[in-house]
Amino acid sequence: MNVKPWLTALCLLLAGCDGPTPGPNSFAGLGQQASAFQQVTPGHELQFPRDHGAHDGFRIEWWYVTANLQDAQGRQWGAQWTLFRSALRPGAESADWNSPNLWMGHAALTGPGGHQSSEVLARGGIGQAGVEAQPFRAWIDDWSLQGGNGIGQLQMKATGRDFRFDLHLVSERPLVLHGAKGYSEKSGKGQASYYYSQPFYQVSGEVERDGQRVAVTGQAWLDREWSSQPLAAGQSGWDWFSLHLDSGAKVMLFQVREAHGDAYKAGTWVSADGKTQALQGAQIELQVLASSKQANGKTVPTRWRVRLPEQGVDIQVEALYKQAWMNTRFPYWEGPVRVEGGSGQGRGYLEMTGY
Amino acid sequence: MASLLITLQALLSHWRRHRLQCFSIFTGLWLATALWTGVQALNSQARSDYARASGVLSGASQTQLVPRQGEHLAQTLYVQLRTRGVQVTPVLEGRLQLSGSATQAVRLIGIEPLSLPAKMAVAGVQAQAFELSAFIDSPGQSWIGPDTLRQLNLQPGERARTRDGQLMPPLVLQEELAPGVIVVDIGHAQALLGAPGQLSRLLLEKEPPALPADIAAQLMLQTGGDDGDLQRLTDSFHLNLTALGLLAFVVGLFIAHAAIGLALEQRRGLIRTLRACGVSLRVLLTGLALELGVFALLGGLAGVVSGYLLASLLLPDFAASVRGLYGAQIAGQLSLSPQWWLAGVGVSLLGALLAGVSSVLRAARLPLLVLAQPQAWRLAQGPWLRRQALVALLLGLVALGCWEWGNNLTSAFVLLAALLLAAALLLPALLELALAGLARLCRRPLPQWFVADSRQQLPALSLALMALLLALAASVGVGSMTEGFRRTFTGWLDQRLSADLYLTPRDTAQAVQISDWLACQPEATAVLPNWRVEWRLQQWPTQVQGIIDHPYYSNHWPLLEKSAGAWEQLAQGRGIMLSEQLARRLQLGLGDALQLPEPSAQTMPVVGIYADYGNPKGHLLISADWLRQHWPQATLSNLGLTVASAHLPALKRALGQQFNLDDSRMVEQTTLKRWSAAVFERTFAATAALNSLTLGIAGVALFISLLSLGQSRLGQLAPLWALGVERRRLIWLTLGQTLMLSSFTVLLAIPLGLLLAWCLVAVVNVQAFGWRLPLYVLPGQLLQLAVLGVLTSFLASAWPLWQLARRQPSDLLRQFANER
Amino acid sequence: MLVVEQLCKSFTTAQGVLPVLQGVDLQLARGSSLALMGESGSGKSTLLHLLAGLDRADSGRILIEDLPLDTRDETALARWRRDSIGLVFQQYNLISSLDVAANLAFQARLAGRHDPAWTAQMAERLGLTELLQRYPEQLSGGQQQRVAIGRALAGRPALVLADEPTGSLDEASSEEVLQLMLELVAQAGSSLLMVTHSRQLAARLEQRCFLKAGRVQPEPD
Repeated sequence: MNVKPWLTALCLLLAGCDGPTPGPNSFAGLGQQASAFQQVTPGHELQFPRDHGAHDGFRIEWWYVTANLQDAQGRQWGAQWTLFRSALRPGAESADWNSPNLWMGHAALTGPGGHQSSEVLARGGIGQAGVEAQPFRAWIDDWSLQGGNGIGQLQMKATGRDFRFDLHLVSERPLVLHGAKGYSEKSGKGQASYYYSQPFYQVSGEVERDGQRVAVTGQAWLDREWSSQPLAAGQSGWDWFSLHLDSGAKVMLFQVREAHGDAYKAGTWVSADGKTQALQGAQIELQVLASSKQANGKTVPTRWRVRLPEQGVDIQVEALYKQAWMNTRFPYWEGPVRVEGGSGQGRGYLEMTGY
Repeated sequence: MASLLITLQALLSHWRRHRLQCFSIFTGLWLATALWTGVQALNSQARSDYARASGVLSGASQTQLVPRQGEHLAQTLYVQLRTRGVQVTPVLEGRLQLSGSATQAVRLIGIEPLSLPAKMAVAGVQAQAFELSAFIDSPGQSWIGPDTLRQLNLQPGERARTRDGQLMPPLVLQEELAPGVIVVDIGHAQALLGAPGQLSRLLLEKEPPALPADIAAQLMLQTGGDDGDLQRLTDSFHLNLTALGLLAFVVGLFIAHAAIGLALEQRRGLIRTLRACGVSLRVLLTGLALELGVFALLGGLAGVVSGYLLASLLLPDFAASVRGLYGAQIAGQLSLSPQWWLAGVGVSLLGALLAGVSSVLRAARLPLLVLAQPQAWRLAQGPWLRRQALVALLLGLVALGCWEWGNNLTSAFVLLAALLLAAALLLPALLELALAGLARLCRRPLPQWFVADSRQQLPALSLALMALLLALAASVGVGSMTEGFRRTFTGWLDQRLSADLYLTPRDTAQAVQISDWLACQPEATAVLPNWRVEWRLQQWPTQVQGIIDHPYYSNHWPLLEKSAGAWEQLAQGRGIMLSEQLARRLQLGLGDALQLPEPSAQTMPVVGIYADYGNPKGHLLISADWLRQHWPQATLSNLGLTVASAHLPALKRALGQQFNLDDSRMVEQTTLKRWSAAVFERTFAATAALNSLTLGIAGVALFISLLSLGQSRLGQLAPLWALGVERRRLIWLTLGQTLMLSSFTVLLAIPLGLLLAWCLVAVVNVQAFGWRLPLYVLPGQLLQLAVLGVLTSFLASAWPLWQLARRQPSDLLRQFANER
Repeated sequence: MLVVEQLCKSFTTAQGVLPVLQGVDLQLARGSSLALMGESGSGKSTLLHLLAGLDRADSGRILIEDLPLDTRDETALARWRRDSIGLVFQQYNLISSLDVAANLAFQARLAGRHDPAWTAQMAERLGLTELLQRYPEQLSGGQQQRVAIGRALAGRPALVLADEPTGSLDEASSEEVLQLMLELVAQAGSSLLMVTHSRQLAARLEQRCFLKAGRVQPEPD
């Protein structure tokens, strides 16, 4: 998953224009100031639970949970809970409106009958939104991701206009550090972020749509990423996959599409026993098989072929519900997927931007 | 077309020879339009500013959460509500003193753009269109309207400094922002207003589900905001101005009407010749109408321009009085829409139509063959006078009806208008009657001529005299009212503001501390805490004041009416007192019971009624103990105390040190009185200016009428001159005639003015403001106005007479040769 | 060109109905002139006004070139006056706000047949050339009446109606003005109907008739 479009989203928010993805000029302006922010460097060791909390001094950061769920009737659901932090300027959090942090929450529920999403914004400093590392708590308005000692158990809540979910996430498994011990490159040119995940959550709880409550169970994946200047000019969007294979293995894959030239691809293979292996571009093959038109007229790929020859993976990834467009200030597609193929079945999440 | 052009040429050639007449029609329309549009400019500027002021935060429903106690709520309540899923957006509002000029206080509104509902706009800027980082980050932005920017004498991008030395965020011009308002991010607002962690209110997108009990204890839901209040409160003020403008308009039309009528009389011969030469009636009427249209257009344009200038001149006083009376901000510079200019010219056209249509119709009916005979006109005057008197009688009946049955401001003004018009219409008949009476007394030839000739002049002068009558009566009326109000008001202030020092603590907690501290200070002979809460009684905003049981009130609080043992009942929480205007609005009298609002739903009898001049809101007195018991949100907003003057400075110093109160929070009685008196003066400054302008216009009307008469007067004077009356004597006689007529008019204007004054204090004021004033007859003022009226007519006749004096005998001789 | 048949006109006054014309018959050939005489109040001016279309008859007919005048509407009557009539009144009825030149040309311009050469020639004959820029009130009575005559003839009307044109002039200037008028009428080719008290003046016209008791009487000897 790439930082750039999110930064773009927050730039848009700050600039006050609600338009399509801007060209490279928008990033240049941000780049100038970035030196005052802390930089992502290789060899830095992540520490927990400290790093579950907010990283003041870095420009942008998020807590990102996607859950693949199933109800008693066997229907498939997807829930997304995201909190972004964006800093107006370097500096520590304050206890008043003068805080440098802006917070943005996205929540979505995808399931039989459609896709609903919601967005909230808040200022830092006054307690309306924030993240505390120990005990772990991330919240914005009445949305929250609440843990205890660490993030082994999380209660995840969000309420949108016509939907709501309240899910309990449990995992005893260790965290997955992407790239080189959490140092994750985003292009061949040195842009990077700190990136770790907890892909092993078992979920139970309930989702609610239009007043109808449904008990669900399933799996969830938490992504944590922070950075200051992960930008490269000419990147037009990306496609990101987080897949739970029935074998117990987990796969994270992304490709950052270049306006000119080949996409930058990377990923992480987590075998069922928890061993991780960073995947380079050459080890990943992604191919669009089918696209579908969204309600707003955009066409996005909703059926992919994914091949990881070294892992013996050759699967088809298809959107469970083709309509999963997020009508947020920065619009994108995000929804649950089904994994099929001779090499294994599974479920997961797909996120696509820049279409 | 050609015949129309030639006809127009012939018609217009008249004006070359009668420039003054031309000028008077123009002047009449010009002045009428100027005063009317001037007043309208002030009113419409004010109205648009009220609308802008209430529309700073627009688009949301009118629902908001306000603190139950005090003026602030803790920011944590906002966070609690948001984290419980209630969609609110915080607002902090307060007055901010800027350094520089002495009176620069602005209304600072702090908003939080991220939580603004999507549909809400701030000063016309949609929530999504904010330059967020520029607005909320340091140094941030101070949004300011063009007018406030001008007043502060700053440029966009500059940073204003507050009186306590803080630097404001750089100014950003927002065209739509109301005057006197600065909008900043809430964080900047908290710093600037010295209210960290404090909010004024929370705006809601929609009505929330029931509030959690712990929050409901601190906040209350307010629906249907106060937006309309300013409009409603100031309505009567603007209606008064409108009435004055209308009066001036009518007086201006009198001038135009008189001049147009005279011009028609003088052109009877011309019109007849034109018709005889074969100009059809249609072409003739078209020509006359076109001529009138040109006058209207020119007069209208000049009038609108002068109206604009007049309004600009009056605006500072006007803005000051509206601010003083209602706390409303009005731009210091006019910005008027193109419609206003068009409407001004339209009004002039309408005026010309009103003033000229009768003349044009008369021209249409003018028989071709009747020779132009002034006598015929004068003889026709008889039935005309009778008809006028009849109309006057009818108007009098209308006035009586309005007085008897009228119950609103409009009927009060109809009463005034009917009264004034009736008097004006009756004037020629009364003057005719007086002259007829005089004629019977005159035996010698010259006095006989003097009276007879005056009667002959009467029709031509009557309109001007009517204008004089109206203007003088209005002056007497408005003058008596303002002077009467001044006396009543100052007397009332003296009684009401009799505590020596008034304290405005920062909040209730401090007020209680101060009150306790003062109780231990022997110098403070009486400490009078005022508990306050705001109610809405029948939709009317009402200030409720809870007072303690103290003999000070029975000694110093003047009551208009009271029941037996009124103060005791009040102190025991068994009665309330109402301000006069509130009692009228609620239609309650002594002994009637008032249903108190929730949650203390009970009734209490009215035990007293007191004057509360100048307060646009209702005012109610109640026992402080009762109020605090039933309305825990009541705040202790101010304290009055009586102190021997010798101890006052020391006590002030002690208070200042002990509680960190500055002079803005400790006001001495004299300062407060001076301030109140200043508000009063400004309130009537615009009224007084308009009033004297109207009198001036009446003078112009008289002047012009006499001037136009000058020419035809020669015809009447020449025979006397030929018969051996010397010219000097003729001039004195003529002057005497004018003065006689205007003196009669002035004599009639005085009782009319007093009647008008009575209507103003006993009917209009009651309807407009809710208070009734005693009627004062001020002989000095009356004498002054009488002299002014006579002087005006003296000056008006001086110029024509001077011309007469300069006439060559041959001019007089020619009158014989050249008589029509 | 002008035939009047059984023309009747009465006025309503405070004293009751006052019959003025009671069946007047009259004829005037093109280019000829007629003096209308009679005592004060005999209805001379009334007849003249009826002929000019300034007023309407109660009964009877006025035929102009065999066309009736009394059936025309207000606008047609105005056009008749404008195009075909020249009026000279006892009082001069000049437009006081216009100068002599404008007064002279006024009606001709109105009728759309202003002929500057003819007007200039007429002004010359009327002795007004030096006075063209003056205003009526700056002229003597005789001069003003000359302007009135000039105005009436400037458009070469078919019919000149003159109501005691010299009534307010002294004898000498009366004679002079009349002479001029007759000459100019002849030169313009107009017919002339002139109301006068004076037998001497009447004698100079081609025809004479007397109004008495509302009817035309034969010329008394």
